[in-house]
Amino acid sequence: MNATKQEAPERQEIEELLPWHAAGTLSRSDAQRVEEALARDPELARRYELVRNELGETIHLNETLGAPSARAMEKLFAKIDAEPARSSGVPLGLSSRISEFFGSLSPRTLAWSASAAAVAILLQAGLIAGVMLNETKTPGYQTASAPTTDPGVGAFTLIRFAPQASSDDITKFLESNKLSIAAGPMAGGLYKVRVAVTGIPKGELARIVKKLQEDKVVSFIATTE
Amino acid sequence: MQTTSDEVLISRIAGGDRLAMQVLYARHHVRVYRFVLRLVRNEATAEDLISDVFLDIWRQAGKFEGRSAPSTWMLSIARFKALSALRRRPDEELDDETAEQIVDHADDPETTLAKKEKGSVLKQCLTRLSADHREIIDLVYYHEKSVEEVAEIVGIPEATVKTRMFYARKRLSELLKEQGIDRGWP
Repeated sequence: MNATKQEAPERQEIEELLPWHAAGTLSRSDAQRVEEALARDPELARRYELVRNELGETIHLNETLGAPSARAMEKLFAKIDAEPARSSGVPLGLSSRISEFFGSLSPRTLAWSASAAAVAILLQAGLIAGVMLNETKTPGYQTASAPTTDPGVGAFTLIRFAPQASSDDITKFLESNKLSIAAGPMAGGLYKVRVAVTGIPKGELARIVKKLQEDKVVSFIATTE
Repeated sequence: MQTTSDEVLISRIAGGDRLAMQVLYARHHVRVYRFVLRLVRNEATAEDLISDVFLDIWRQAGKFEGRSAPSTWMLSIARFKALSALRRRPDEELDDETAEQIVDHADDPETTLAKKEKGSVLKQCLTRLSADHREIIDLVYYHEKSVEEVAEIVGIPEATVKTRMFYARKRLSELLKEQGIDRGWP
């Protein structure tokens, strides 16, 4: 079989990738394939130079296009100000907080903390899912992911969530009050909820419990060890 | 120095953070404007569209799920706005074939000489490509979008992205040849 004919489809395939290779947006494996093809095929290498010229001139052309005037920004923020009020005090969703948390970390810190964070997120997600599934009042249901161990560090309350509270309501309630579920569900649909990472005076804990009791998400709350 | 990522800014915008919106706007408005301008070919229209694009970003920030890069998401919104504007005001987009046939008679001898330079001619030919071809060339070369990202922004299969880019470059070669520059390809 003719070797040129065998090479033709591969050259076509590689040639189609040249623009992305020049822009540096190919995957490592594709970039390596292109590099190898360029090294053995002088005609392909010549065509790659054409691509690089196009890349340079396209960038130059776009850079000469200027920028919008300050009027565009003024107009934008006038429109934003005219939008219905979006309460900036509303806590961000769990995913947003997770994103913000990871965004605040350096890559090295991120690498170390990623596994621990993933475990914590899965735990909390499992617990909230447990709350929701519990709402269906399936007899004898126990969440598979519900922790059975309790580090016992911090200040805790026992909470039973209102049957009509959705998972979103519960997530928001936990986030806005900086709470985390430590264990549950236990008998009577109770959850052990950490209100502080360190021990706090009984009076302070009672004050927190009183405040949390006022939230419609909570149907029962009491202090616990 | 560590800068706040676009993802974090968008999550703050979803929570109504006006300052995060200012930062995101400062970071991306020029590139988004240029992308829109190359599509609509009218500075006033492009400038009007920019505030609409970023207003949509403000409104939709809560729906951003991070499945694609923020810049890809923003360019998708910009493209939608630009094409909607062109549909509303079709007069503003010249028919591609007509645009390609326009000859600039206003050049003085010096300009004509300058245009003899290959780079200038190439730039001129880039402006004479069809809207589809201009768009894909800009996304790949200027906005540094991968095959997958272009497919997402334009809404076409990845294989079509590659062939469209190939034909855009081929058309560029034809336009250059008309201007007396034979690249020996295709």
